[in-house]
Amino acid sequence: MTHDEIFAKVRDVLVDALAVDEDEVTAEATLTSDLGAESIDFLDIVFKLEQTFGFKIEQGELFPDNVTQDPEFVQNGRVTAAGMTRLKERLPHADFSQLGSNPEVTKVGQIFTVGALVNFVERKLSN
Amino acid sequence: MRWMWIDRVTELTPRKRMVAIKNVTLSEEHLHDHFAATDTKPALPVMPASLMIEGMAQTAGVLVGHAEGFKEKVVLAKVSDATIDADVGPGMTIRYTAEITQIDEQGAATRGTIEVLDHANADAGYQPVGTVDLMFSHLDNNRSGLEFPEHNFVFGESFRTLLTTSGIEIPG
Repeated sequence: MTHDEIFAKVRDVLVDALAVDEDEVTAEATLTSDLGAESIDFLDIVFKLEQTFGFKIEQGELFPDNVTQDPEFVQNGRVTAAGMTRLKERLPHADFSQLGSNPEVTKVGQIFTVGALVNFVERKLSN
Repeated sequence: MRWMWIDRVTELTPRKRMVAIKNVTLSEEHLHDHFAATDTKPALPVMPASLMIEGMAQTAGVLVGHAEGFKEKVVLAKVSDATIDADVGPGMTIRYTAEITQIDEQGAATRGTIEVLDHANADAGYQPVGTVDLMFSHLDNNRSGLEFPEHNFVFGESFRTLLTTSGIEIPG
């Protein structure tokens, strides 16, 4: 499956799960800020990606699981260097380019762009 | 006591499908307001679509809860899609059919169909009313990381009564 074919299928998933217009789903759009995703939508997206692409996504594989609740990784409302290292290890598909080295924890959602989802699917299909 | 919007479970295939019915009756007070007569129009008592969505949520919610032996706190998290195309009035029977399309540690997605049997025209059988697709969250495994009390407040006495009177064994 080509990059463009994967993008088109991911876009369809997001249009369905988040009730957004196709033209809002750009590679740079963030799921939360730009497309309005809430916590339950992440599970919906996981389910729809599994159905669309025929693979199983384990809990915490696509979106982080408890990293931002761990005091070792978040101090004074900001993600520590250890936290950033852990996030990058756990989420190699995510887009950290806009986050900086010591970001506010509330900004972590920015790493989940449409492009990051496409990247995740490409990695998953190539394994 | 919980406001129940299904009367009886008529079919249960664990982790897959559940069918429940509700008999609509004029003794339900909301039917007199939905819709009351006006100066120009007679009364039109019809089951509110929002309550049919709740009926489907209870049907699908019990199916999802049963899948894990009612150990999970299952709450309705999202109405993914709902279409109601026909009115249902007093004296009719609603049939809710819910199917689990996906389920994991965090929650479940269900697909549902609503049909109605008009007893004045029973030979026609159940006729389609609409579809309701839902998402449920397992509260203890939700993404927000909040902790909830151990006691399962979701599946209380009303649901246990519904299951036992429908002849369904409650796991655990």
